[in-house]
Amino acid sequence: MSDRKLLSFPYIIWMIGFTIIPLALIFVFGLTDRSGAFTFENVAAIARADHAKALGLSLALSSISTLICLLLAFPLSMILRGKKLGSASFVVFIFILPMWMNFLLRTLAWQTLLEKNGVINGFLTALHLKNIAIINTPGAIVLGMVYNFLPFMILPIYNTMSKIDDSIIEAARDLGANFGQTLLRIWLPLSVPGIVSGITMVFVPALTTFVISNILGGSKILLIGNVIEEEFTKASNWNLGSGLSIVMMIFILISMSVIAKYDKNGEGAAF
Amino acid sequence: MSTPLIDLQHIFKSFDGEMVLDDLNLTVPENSFVTLLGPSGCGKTTTLRIIGGFEKPDKGSVIFDGNDITLLPPNKRQLNTVFQKYALFPHMSISENIAFGLTIRGKSRDYIDDKIKYALKLVNLQGFENRDVNSLSGGQQQRIAIARAIVNEPRLLLLDEPLGALDLKLRQDMQYELIRLKNQLGITFIYVTHDQEEALTMSDTIVVMNQGYIQQMGTPEQIYNEPANAFVADFIGDSNIIGATMLHDELVEIFGAQFPCVDKGFGTNKPVDVVIRPEDVELVKPEDGTLKGHVTHIIFKGVHYEMEVTTENGYEWLVHSTKCFDMGQEVGIHVDPYNIQIMNKPASEDEEAIVNV
Repeated sequence: MSDRKLLSFPYIIWMIGFTIIPLALIFVFGLTDRSGAFTFENVAAIARADHAKALGLSLALSSISTLICLLLAFPLSMILRGKKLGSASFVVFIFILPMWMNFLLRTLAWQTLLEKNGVINGFLTALHLKNIAIINTPGAIVLGMVYNFLPFMILPIYNTMSKIDDSIIEAARDLGANFGQTLLRIWLPLSVPGIVSGITMVFVPALTTFVISNILGGSKILLIGNVIEEEFTKASNWNLGSGLSIVMMIFILISMSVIAKYDKNGEGAAF
Repeated sequence: MSTPLIDLQHIFKSFDGEMVLDDLNLTVPENSFVTLLGPSGCGKTTTLRIIGGFEKPDKGSVIFDGNDITLLPPNKRQLNTVFQKYALFPHMSISENIAFGLTIRGKSRDYIDDKIKYALKLVNLQGFENRDVNSLSGGQQQRIAIARAIVNEPRLLLLDEPLGALDLKLRQDMQYELIRLKNQLGITFIYVTHDQEEALTMSDTIVVMNQGYIQQMGTPEQIYNEPANAFVADFIGDSNIIGATMLHDELVEIFGAQFPCVDKGFGTNKPVDVVIRPEDVELVKPEDGTLKGHVTHIIFKGVHYEMEVTTENGYEWLVHSTKCFDMGQEVGIHVDPYNIQIMNKPASEDEEAIVNV
């Protein structure tokens, strides 16, 4: 074995300890019952009405959030790319700045803002305007997801776009393409690796989150993440929690393989 | 020469407060091959980008075939550009690249297929339709870029140092191919380069630029044989540029020796610059020369010997000759009168544009 291969040992140990073994444990728990006998029930439990509903809601909300992130990040990246290096990195910095604060704190801050008697409603009342009732709705969860995960969409797309040579855009204009045609035929296809990366990095954490739905959704809205969390923490049913986790992993793998088809070069792949 | 195809009128352009083009005026007749030549930063690329529509001039107007197109975006202009870095679309096949402009215009499939075939034949890349852009060499990519531009049947083709990234042999081949294309298509070419040899080889008209001014505009012969000032003489080929005194019409004094020449009208006893091309310096027996000197340097260049002859005052004359002389040999310098080019001394570094058409 060469010396260089030895260098990978810390990582291999890390992988075994914190990825392989936990993953194996999830499969062991997920495919057995409390007595330790093999069963498929925990996985099949996803078909139960309340579980299926939570999974459906999770898929819907995380898809909507991913789409909103994409719609915000794409034009922003286009604008940033056109800027000179100094001012572009400043704007990127501003978008990354929230990530320096604790994830929980940021989400709790939104709760304070959105609450029935929160900051925003207090402000609206003072102006004699109609109060908003967004807290504890799916809308609040989507807002939290977009707010927290937007930088993960901006960075890969901006990265990919900044590699597009100016002369390629100019060539398209020169050959008669107007702004819309340049957008569809040049910008969009050349940004695909970044878009794929961004979707992966937003969709997966949004699908599995339970913190955002806990804080901004009250206890009324259960996402699949919340269901799994409760099985582990409140119901102490590790077998059912693991079984549902397996289902979620399968959903993630399916959606990723669909997305990966669009990324022919594999440049932007995040996994 | 009928109405000009391109007429640049009083173009001013500055970037971040730095003047790049200062009152530039240029007319390009239809069906000509005009080369903008100059060192980097002379404003030649900016001029091209203003014609292409990628930059707006601060002041002045761009007239295309009698119509003011100063504010027209690039996609509305009847011209196409070939970029230095090829700028092929990496996500498209070669035929998709060539078809880009035609599909935008909504041409029929049959028309587009015919055009792709025709254009590939024109650039000698038949059968490359479905190849991947990234599998091509630099020269092939540039040919595709040219094909992509000419299928749109532009009236004017702008070429921004298109051969800059190619190696010498390929560059020379492409020069001939561009001349052939130009003659076959009968469209106007505006070509930007910093390579004087390329400019001399290909152009009908050369526009020598420096620091945002046109220094001289003329045929390659005029530019080479009758440079308007020391900058042009120095930029186009090797030359001996010597401070001299014009004694009177047709007689100039160089380093104390009197040389008959053919120029008139510079006045009497006036300081001037003299340009003598190295191949026009004749080395003769010491007693037959107008000036005497010693050979101080010899390099064999293949076609000729490149020599330095140092005269008594210490000036090193650059001489090209097919005859070899010995190191240290005393020689005489003779120059035929019509090979001496007299120029006014420039008033300042960035002298006003001198147009000599």
